[in-house]
Amino acid sequence: MKLFRNLLDKIKPNFEKGGKFEKLHPVYDAIETFLFVPNHTTPAKGAQIRDAIDLKRTMVTVIIAMIPAMLFGMWNVGYQHFKAIGEEADLLTNFLYGLKEVLPLIIVSYAAGLTVEFIFASINNHSVNEGFLVSGLLIPLILPIGVPLWMVAVATIFAVLIGKEVFGGTGMNILNVALTARAFLFFAYPSFMSGDKVWINTEGGQLVDGFSGATALGDAASKMPIDTFTQKYSMMESFIGTIPGSIGETSAAAILIGAFILLFTGIASWRVMLSVFAGGYVMAIIFNGFADVLPDNTLFQIPALQHLLIGGFLFGAVFMATDPVTAAQTDIGKYIYGFLVGLFAIMIRVFNPAYPEGMMLAILFMNVMAPLIDHYVIQANVKRRLKRAQVTA
Amino acid sequence: MSKTVKIKKGADIKLVGKAEKIYADYTPAFESVSIKPTDFHGVIPKVLAKPGTKVKAGTPLFYDKDNPKVKFCSPVSGEVSEIVRGEKRRILEFRIKVDGKNEYETFSVGDLSNLTGEQIKEIMLERGLWPFVIQRPFDVIANPDDEPKAIFISAFDSNPLAPDNDFILHGQAELFQLGIDLIAKLTKGKVHLNVSGNQKPDDVFLNTKNVQINKIYGPHPAGNVGVQIHHIDPINKGDIVWTLKPQDILTIARTFKEGKLDLSRVIAVCGSGIKKPRYYKTIAGVPVSEFLKDNLKTDREYRVVSGNPLTGEKVAEDNYLGFYHYQLTVIPEGNHYQFLGWLAPNFNKFSLNRTFFSWLMPNKEYDLDTNMNGEERAFVVTGEYEKVFPFDIYPVHLVKAAIIQDIEALENLGIYEVAPEDYALCEFACTSKIPSQKIIREGLDLVKKECA
Repeated sequence: MKLFRNLLDKIKPNFEKGGKFEKLHPVYDAIETFLFVPNHTTPAKGAQIRDAIDLKRTMVTVIIAMIPAMLFGMWNVGYQHFKAIGEEADLLTNFLYGLKEVLPLIIVSYAAGLTVEFIFASINNHSVNEGFLVSGLLIPLILPIGVPLWMVAVATIFAVLIGKEVFGGTGMNILNVALTARAFLFFAYPSFMSGDKVWINTEGGQLVDGFSGATALGDAASKMPIDTFTQKYSMMESFIGTIPGSIGETSAAAILIGAFILLFTGIASWRVMLSVFAGGYVMAIIFNGFADVLPDNTLFQIPALQHLLIGGFLFGAVFMATDPVTAAQTDIGKYIYGFLVGLFAIMIRVFNPAYPEGMMLAILFMNVMAPLIDHYVIQANVKRRLKRAQVTA
Repeated sequence: MSKTVKIKKGADIKLVGKAEKIYADYTPAFESVSIKPTDFHGVIPKVLAKPGTKVKAGTPLFYDKDNPKVKFCSPVSGEVSEIVRGEKRRILEFRIKVDGKNEYETFSVGDLSNLTGEQIKEIMLERGLWPFVIQRPFDVIANPDDEPKAIFISAFDSNPLAPDNDFILHGQAELFQLGIDLIAKLTKGKVHLNVSGNQKPDDVFLNTKNVQINKIYGPHPAGNVGVQIHHIDPINKGDIVWTLKPQDILTIARTFKEGKLDLSRVIAVCGSGIKKPRYYKTIAGVPVSEFLKDNLKTDREYRVVSGNPLTGEKVAEDNYLGFYHYQLTVIPEGNHYQFLGWLAPNFNKFSLNRTFFSWLMPNKEYDLDTNMNGEERAFVVTGEYEKVFPFDIYPVHLVKAAIIQDIEALENLGIYEVAPEDYALCEFACTSKIPSQKIIREGLDLVKKECA
C-alpha cells in the first residue's frame, strides 16, 4: 500500500489544476479515493469529528448483500441449463457454467456504466459517485440469461445517461437506474425479455421431453391450471429458487440473506421493505378472495405467499424499492410508497398478463409518485406547525 | 407546573479524555486576553477602545453597529495592545495586555430586590453582560427591545466530553438564585430551568425558586436548549425566546452583587490529547496555551478545539478561548490516508450505523480524530438525520430549503426553531458529509435579513 500511495502521489500533480491531464482529475480522484480514504479533515468550525460511514461503505454493504443472490443466480443458470438438456451436473459444474455465462454480463454492465459516469464526471468536473457500483451489479441480476451483451451495454448507457446523469447524477435521479435499464430493454426488445426462450440457455444439447422454458409467472399468465402450477412450482422450490427467472431474482432464500444484511446494518429502510411485503400480500389475498370471478386467470388463485416468492417481487422489494434516492424520503411517506409498490406489483401482474413482471413497472411508477407522497407528508407537518401557532396566539 | 420530556432520537458519543471532577492546581500565567467579535454571530463591531487605551475590567471595547446599546467589555485590566484584522479589514480580535493590577469599573446598583426589569436590562447592556442573552429564533445575541415569551436555561450539557454543571455550580445555590431572580424580571413569561432526567441533578438546580423546573430524559441532544424549547413551549413565527447558560447566571449574579464585571468561569479541559483532563477556574478570553502548557501530549499531531467536538471551533495553539465556550477539547488531527478504509472492518472507529462494529461496544470510549472519513457527496441516504434530530421537523428538507434559499419553505419547515448546534449530530452522522450546521446558519441569516 505504501507503493500505491507513492505512485499516486507521484502522478498526482499531472491531474491537478494546471497539470497535463487536468481534465481527467475526476478519474484520478475516483481511483485515489477508491484506494485510500483521503486525508481530508473537518473544517475549522462545526462538527470536528465525523461518523465513520461514507457512501463507499454504504454501497459496498449493498453489494455484499447482493452476493448471495448473485452466487445462487450463477448456480441456477447452470442448473437450469443442464436440467433442460437432461444432463446430470454437480454443484461446481453448475456454478462454473453459470459463472461463465453471467460474468460477461456483469463486466459489460460495469464497463458501459462506469464509462458514462467517468465521462460525465470529467465534463462536469465533479467527483465520480459510488452509486453505480450498486446499479452495475443490479442490472445483470434482473435480466434473463439469454440477453445479448450489446443490449446490456446499450441499456446501461441509456439508463445512466437518461435515467441519472441528465438529472445531475447520483442523488438527483427520479427513476431507479437499474430498473430504467430493464424497462428500456423490456420495451425496446420485448422478445428478449419475455416469453419462454430467454430464461434458460439451452445451447449444446438435446432438450428433454416436455421441456418448457417459461418462468412461473409466464406459465401462470398463459393460464396454466392452478393445480398444475402448484405441482410444477412448489412453495419450497419457489423459496429456494430452483426455478427459471431473471438471474438474481429466483431464490427467496438468498435474497432474504441480503435483506437481513441490509436491515441489520440499517442501510435499507425497513419501513419500505416491510410495507412492500404488506402491500403485495394484502393485494394477493384480495385477489384470492375473488378467484371465482375469473376462474381461468391462474394468477388470481396463486396463494398470496407464493405471489411474494415468485418473479421479481422479492428482489425488487429488497434491492430496488429501497433505493433511498428514488423512494419516498419521509418516514410516513416510506410506508405509503412501499405499500403501493407491493399493491401495484401484484395488481399489474394479475390484471395484465402481457406484463407478468409487475414489480418493475410498480416500482418505476411509484418512483415517479414518491415526491408527491413526500409533498403531502411535509405539507401535513407544515399545517401542524401553523395550527400550533394559531392555538397559542 | 413542571414538564417531563422524553427524548428518544439522538445519540451519546463517548470519547476518551473526560475531565476528572477536580480543579486543576495551577497558577494563571497569561499575559494577554482576547475578545473575538467573530464569536458573536451577526455583530458588526464598532471600536470604542483603540490600541493603546488603558482599560479596566468592565471597560467597553466595542459595541454592535446594529444595536449600539449592546456593549462588549474587557474581562481584565490592562491596555488594548492590538486589534487584529482579517480580510477586508474585518475585526477578528481585541487583544488586551494584562497589567496585573486587577482594576475594575465599579458601579452601584442599590438594593437588588428593588430593581425593575428595565433597570436590570440597562445595567446588563452597559456593563457587558448582555451578550450572554441569546435569542431564538436565529441564535444570536438578543435584541434588548424585544419582549421574550419565556426564558430557557438548560442546566446540563449533553455534548461529548461536556463540562458537568452539577459539579461546577455545586454549593452556589444562593448566587444562582440571585441570578435567576434578576433575569426573571426580563420577561413577563416563565423562566424554564431544564434539568437532566438521566441522573439526579444537583440541589442547586432542584431547589431553585421562581422557575419552572422541567425534566429532560434521553440522549444528546437532550441538553440542547433548542430541543427543550421545541418540546416545552415551541417557537412559532413571531415568538421570541431568550436563553442563557447556567454559568452565565452566576456571572450576572456576581456582577450585580459586587458592582463590577466578573467574567471568571470554570472550563473543562478535556480530550485524548490532554495529559490530565481537569476543570480549570479561569476567565473569559484567556489564551488556550494557559491550559496546554505541560499538558498537551506530543505523541502525534493534535487539534485544539475551543468548545465541544460537535459544535466547536479549531483554534491555533497561540489563540484564545471563545467567549461562549466552557470547554477546551484536544483531539487527534486526522490528516492521514487509510488504505481501502471504506472496506476495512475499522474496529476503532465509531459509527451510529451498524456497518461498523461500534454497536457491539456501546460503552466503549472512542478516540476519534478529525478525519472526514469520506468525501462530500449529494444526499443519497435518507432517514439518518431523522434518527438524531428530536424535532417534529423534516431536517433534510429544511437543509435543502436553505441550500436553495427558499425563504417561504424555510419558514414553513421550521427554521425558527432550530440553531446550528441542533444540526451538529446530523452533521456528524451524515453519510454524504454535508456541512449542515453551516448551511442552517446561512439559512438563519437569510431569513433574519429578509423577515426580521
